This record gives sequence, C-alpha cells and structure tokens, in this order.
Amino acid sequence: MSIPPDDTDITTAGTSSAATRLLGTLAVVGVAWLVAFGLLFSPADRDQRESVRIMYVHVPSAWLAYLAFIVTAGASALYLFRAAHSLAWDRLAGASAEVGVVFMGITLLTGMLWGRLSWGVFWTWDARLTTTAFLFVTYVGYLAVRRLGGTHQQRARRSAAVALLGVLEIPLVHFSVRLWRNLHQESTVARPDGDVKMDGLMLFSLVVGLVAFTLLYVWLVIHRQRALVLEDAAEDHGLEQALSDRRAEAALPGGR
Amino acid sequence: MAPDHSAAGAISPWRLAWLIALKDLRIEARSRVVVYQVLPFAVIVMVMFGFALDDDGIAQRVAPGLIWLATLFSLLVVVQRSFAVEAADGALDALRVAGVDAVSIFLGKALAMAAQLVVLELVLFVTAVVLYGPRVRPGGLALLVVTWVLATIGLALVGTLYGGLTAGFTGRETLLPLLVLPVVAPVLIGATRAVESALGTTGAAVSEGWPWIGLLTVFAGAFGVGGSLAFGPLIDE
Amino acid sequence: MEDAGFIIGSYVVTFGVIGAYAVAMLTRARRLARRVADEDKPWT
Repeated sequence: MSIPPDDTDITTAGTSSAATRLLGTLAVVGVAWLVAFGLLFSPADRDQRESVRIMYVHVPSAWLAYLAFIVTAGASALYLFRAAHSLAWDRLAGASAEVGVVFMGITLLTGMLWGRLSWGVFWTWDARLTTTAFLFVTYVGYLAVRRLGGTHQQRARRSAAVALLGVLEIPLVHFSVRLWRNLHQESTVARPDGDVKMDGLMLFSLVVGLVAFTLLYVWLVIHRQRALVLEDAAEDHGLEQALSDRRAEAALPGGR
Repeated sequence: MAPDHSAAGAISPWRLAWLIALKDLRIEARSRVVVYQVLPFAVIVMVMFGFALDDDGIAQRVAPGLIWLATLFSLLVVVQRSFAVEAADGALDALRVAGVDAVSIFLGKALAMAAQLVVLELVLFVTAVVLYGPRVRPGGLALLVVTWVLATIGLALVGTLYGGLTAGFTGRETLLPLLVLPVVAPVLIGATRAVESALGTTGAAVSEGWPWIGLLTVFAGAFGVGGSLAFGPLIDE
Repeated sequence: MEDAGFIIGSYVVTFGVIGAYAVAMLTRARRLARRVADEDKPWT
C-alpha cells in the first residue's frame, strides 16, 4: 500500500524512539550502579560472605520475572474480556512473556550458582524454586502456542486462554509442591536468600538492582512489543501483496 | 436414541455432553485402539521401569509413582487418539458449526477419556502389583478408589483441554506433552502420595493420604470450570 | 578463591543474556522495519 522507507535512514530504523533512547540510557546507568554496588561497595554477608553478591542480580531478576508473568496474565485478560479485543493487549502479553522467559532463565541460572556456592547444591526441591522452574516451562509453552499460526485474532484468543490457564495452574503447582516438601520437614527455608540478614548498604544495593532491572524490563518490553507490531504489519503486507498479485493474474487476458 | 428436548426444542448441554461421550466410547468399542495399542504400551512402560531401576526393593517402594508416571505417558497417547478421531473428517468444526456449545464438547470428550483412563489405570495397578509386589491393605482401599477416580477426572480434563488446542495440525501435536505435563504435576504429586499412604509403601499411614484428596478435588474443580471456559477459545479456528 | 568465578560468572551470565537478547531483538526489528511503511509505526 505504501512505499517502504529509505534503508539508510537510521533514525527511523527499527523500534527506537526518543523515549526508548532515554530509557535505555537510564537502564545502562542503573546497571553500572548495580555492578558497582553489588560487586564492590556492598559488604560481604556475615554467614555467606561474598556469595551474597549474587543476590543482587538473582532477586531483582526473580521479581521482574514474576512481574512479567502478571503483566502477561493481565494483558491477556484485558484482551479477552474487553469488547474491543484490541491486539495491543495481545502484543503486550506476548512481549512481556518473552522478556519474562529471559528473566526467569537468569533467575534459575543465578539461583543455581548461588546455591552451589553457599549450600553446595545446584538444586533443592523447595516450593519457590520449583514453582519458578514450572513458570519457566509454562511460559515456554505459551510462547510456542503463540507461534501456531492463524490470524492475529486467533493467535490472540488462543494465547490469552493459555495464559489464563497458567494463572490457574501455577498456584496449584506451588501449593502441591509446598505440601509435598512439608512431608520432608522442610519448613526451614533451604535456600540462600532466605537467611540473609540485610544491613542498610545491602538493602540499598538490592533496591538499586530492582530499579535497574525494572528499567531494563520496561525498555525490553517496549521494544519487543513494537517489534511485534512490525511483525504483524509485515505479515499483513505480505498477505495483501499476495492477494493483489492473485487478482492481477486473474485479470490478465487469456489468464486462468 | 431419542434426544430429550426442552420446551424450546433444543437439547440440553448436559445431554449433548453425554451423547458426545457415548459417541467417543462407541468409536473406541469398535476400533479398540486404546485396548490393543495404548494398554500394551502402558504395560511395556512398567516393564521398562523395572529394567531401569534394577532393584526390586526400590521398585516396590516407588510403585505408586511408577503407576502414575505410566498413566501420564499413556494420557498423552489417549489424548491424541481422542482428537484424531475428530480431525479426520473435520468433525469438531462440524459440531461447532451445528451450534454445539464448546462446553458440551469439552465435558463430553473429557468424560469419555476419563472412562478409558480409569480402565487403563486399573490394568496398570494390577501390573504394578504383579511386577513390583506392593501389597494392598484393606484400610487403604477407600482412599485408593477415591484417588483413582479424582485423579483420573483431573487428568482427563487437562488432557481434553490442551488436546483440543494441539490436535489436527502438523507441527502441533508435539506441543501437547510440553503443555500438559507441567499442568498435571499437582495430580502426579497428590495421587502418588495418596496411593503411597493407601498401600503403605513408604511407611505412611492411610490418614496421611486424605489431605491429598483435597488437592485433587480442588484441581478437578478448577480445571472443570476453567477448562469449560477456555475450551472454546482454544479450539476456534 | 573459586567463589569469585561463580559470582562474577553470575553477573556475566545475567547481563550477557540480557544484552544478547536485546541486540538480537533490535537487529531483527531493524531488518523488519525496512519492509514496513512509516505510517504503521506509531512511535516515529
């Protein structure tokens, strides 16, 4: 329908805008602060000594992963239950899910490294860790469902239903794992971030981490969601093109 | 068979679900796919467990877990079969176009699936007793039966739900295990713990099994309702 | 102490993964943007 933009124009290339450039800069600054405080300025823990430094990336990552899940579920509900069925909600759900998978993977990896360091084991079957792993797998499944094809609305409807079923599933999984681990008398929390006594500087570093990760999350989701707009538009474009090609063919004299 | 008509001339959704369930069971009665293919598969899985574990003591101790694991694997196959019979002639679409409520289809197919699973699990239980040797104690029989029924309902509901989504298109069926297994984890945990209490394989008392029945009930209820709502969006093409 | 390896490793993994994801996403978006008209991009 329209002429594609000039390749060489960098300012309109991709999904950046003035707002995201500002946001991105702030995020990078936040990360720099986090690294400085996490690795250098914050003190070692009394019991865990240096290994507590992993907490400053592990905990913010976990919080944002859970936030991403809530956003996906909320956006899915808004898509499904509002009469307009606006695809913008669907794209937000998809973008947040993908970013959430990334953060959740990081949570699991750093959690394993921290556990190995302070407790000697990569994994414990405690409810929160296991639920995080399940959330990760559920998300991966959700992203796979988004790729099943069909029209944008079909994708949106399907995915929204799957996301909301996930909201049903996760508490059930969490509760059943908790019940299960109680059998093994694991009421004492066997994970590193359970017994960190935090002083002021440690708390500050954690807050720095949270702010930095939140900025990262927002920046990533905005870009991913815009990329989804582009994907949908490109697909629609391709479809229109194919249709008009067909019509042009059919209109040819002596054509089939 | 004469459908019962309400005053408006329409068939009630419950009646429709029942008819759909009967249809599925009739197909199975004629084709015997589950009986001749899935049951032997399930038994083979139990034998394979024996090979892998290589220790009679351990196998006896974990027998309840093995039964439910074999059930889960068989569930995946049964689900695919349940929707394969629809896909061949676009039967699901035909039902929808005819105005059949998605909820009826969901509950009807889940009911038929549950009936087949219940039989399969009975065979698996007998196989476990034969291969691994756990003993049934009389006090645990009620717990055993209740677990058996409740867990099966939960599995059938979840299977039907995601089966509807993944059925019929190439490149989709492989998604079924990834979607189903995480969701039925609570059933695996709850049913295994309950059966362990019923049999006493881990030294658990029968009374310790009943809280798990609560979990299984909540699970079945949650997916009965949630699945009924979600099935429509999932199968609409 | 090998602790340092795990600790630094955690930070490297964290920001490495996020960075790689961001780069991949931005490049892909840039490639896509060429095929799409400006009026379909409400943020420009």
